[in-house]
Amino acid sequence: MLANLINGISLGSIYAIIALGYTMVYGIAKMLNFAHGDVIMVGGYVSFCAMMYLGFPAPLAVLLAMIVCTTLGITIERLAYKPLRSATSLAVLITAIGMSYFLQNAALIIWGANPKAFPNMFKNFEAIEFAGARISPVALVAIIANVIIMVALTLFTSRTKVGKAMRAVSEDKGAATLMGINVNFTISLTFAIGSGLAAIAGVLLCTAYPTLMPTTGSMPGIKAFTAAVFGGIGSIPGAMIGGILLGVIEIFARAYISSELADAIVFGVLIVVLIFRPTGLLGKQIHEKV
Amino acid sequence: MFSFKKASGLSKKAFINYAIVIVFYLVFQILVSTGNITSALKGQLIPITCYMIMAVSLNLVVGISGELSLGHAGFMSVGAFTAVIISSAMGNASNPARLFVSILVGAILAGIAGFLIGIPVLRLNGDYLAIVTLAFGEIIKNILNCLYVGIDEKGLHFAFNNPDALGMDPLGKVLINGPMGAVGISKIATFTGAVILLLVVLIIIQNLVNSRTGRAIMAIRDNRIAAESMGISPMKYKMLAFTISAAMAGSAGAVYALNYSTLVPKKFDFNTSILVLVFVVLGGIGNMTGSLIAAGILVVLPELLRKFSDYRMLVYAIVLILVMLVTNNEKLKGRMDIFAKKVRMKISKGGKKK
Repeated sequence: MLANLINGISLGSIYAIIALGYTMVYGIAKMLNFAHGDVIMVGGYVSFCAMMYLGFPAPLAVLLAMIVCTTLGITIERLAYKPLRSATSLAVLITAIGMSYFLQNAALIIWGANPKAFPNMFKNFEAIEFAGARISPVALVAIIANVIIMVALTLFTSRTKVGKAMRAVSEDKGAATLMGINVNFTISLTFAIGSGLAAIAGVLLCTAYPTLMPTTGSMPGIKAFTAAVFGGIGSIPGAMIGGILLGVIEIFARAYISSELADAIVFGVLIVVLIFRPTGLLGKQIHEKV
Repeated sequence: MFSFKKASGLSKKAFINYAIVIVFYLVFQILVSTGNITSALKGQLIPITCYMIMAVSLNLVVGISGELSLGHAGFMSVGAFTAVIISSAMGNASNPARLFVSILVGAILAGIAGFLIGIPVLRLNGDYLAIVTLAFGEIIKNILNCLYVGIDEKGLHFAFNNPDALGMDPLGKVLINGPMGAVGISKIATFTGAVILLLVVLIIIQNLVNSRTGRAIMAIRDNRIAAESMGISPMKYKMLAFTISAAMAGSAGAVYALNYSTLVPKKFDFNTSILVLVFVVLGGIGNMTGSLIAAGILVVLPELLRKFSDYRMLVYAIVLILVMLVTNNEKLKGRMDIFAKKVRMKISKGGKKK
């Protein structure tokens, strides 16, 4: 029971980190970045290569993955999304889907279709006994990383000038431009942060579930997106609550009901939540004016 | 006078779509009968037609009703697996009759699914609606993954999440085997049947769009509050469009399933929904002709890109992104328009000289 709860929170923490990328980009650019899940996959592969072929130590491999993903995120934004700033949201959505296909197929060509076994970077650490439950080091690291990221991001968006600019842009792009905020830079920065977080999530995900394929990122991506909607898309604490709830529900459904139906139950809960709170748990209710 | 003129203009547009479908049918029928077609492309004819139906039906939701649906493949799978069961259950009837009843029942069940899903979904707006349709698509896939159906002399047997609960005679045949999907489907779908279905779907949609009901649906899309104040009930009309669209997707799924001997529920996942959405957006939202052409080209495109072998899906992705950039970026679009104008001028000048 306790072990399941902790596993759920740790899986949920990974979802929450991914969901942050979705929610921040949605908040600022009002677009669903479907390629986000595939950035996770790229992060996984880069750290895999760094550790297996280049012999990097784990922390350095994570850092390299973050650098590559951040660069990738900014490049994607510049090449594919920026030219469509004034286009309809559906057009941007399809472009993002195209980007997602592109990343998956590029990974297929570079790394092949065979699943790769991700090395366990915590093999020197032993599982911790806590009140009769065994907690794997990955689970602990995921939870701690999630808390640190959440606190850092909250401080960043509420205290620093750039973070405040980010919030201003997400509220009103036009007014933010008039206040002298560089909107394009702010949006690029959001993509950079989101993609960097995706790299961390990718490494954690691959350590917890060590099979790495070109499609590794897509299902966690969809679930994390669900988590973001669950908590109210655009809200940073919402992403955290949504992610953790989703992870806990998934692990419990898998343990006590049916592993086949776990995903159906997760999505079912999402639908029930959205019926009663149409903008998610922490989403802002916007009232229509005639 | 004005309304008459407008109506005739619209029917001309509708006529173009019928003509496209008939020409498409005749061209490929001739190619098949003269043997001038690769077997890979020949095998794609029925799936292409099914994807055309999917694209047109999704366009009813996305283009006419203005709601983004990301779970359309779910309805397709409801139709598909219903058709597998029905066609096996009436094993003694003639093939066209089995196909017809399978399509009909598949469409009805998918329509019912659409109606039930529509009740919670259509209360939401925008991206929230999109994510819930996505969730329903995944739920349908998950449920079908747990479904076991068998047939023996006593009739059909159903079981959920437990293949041993079927309780069949030893002589019975398993039709749907959970995650392994449907096995031993009788391949009774024909290209002619698929094209007739496509025509029927087009007739229904185009007449719906040009009717009072269709105008009500579009009024809600354009301005919900104004439409509501005119006494149009948004829920009722959105539901109507959503249910019809789901039923059509179900009929497409029925034909699609009866073209293969085996079929897994995983075939109808999120990626298939997205594929159909890509047809709709690339063809032009709300434009049925565009949907038909985009579906046709994009299903065949990976085949045509064969010579790129491993790189074909990569090229496909790049083509998709470039098309979106060219058609939606204002600067690029402006340049393309100027270019098209120049080409047109040159052509018309050339024509005068002659």
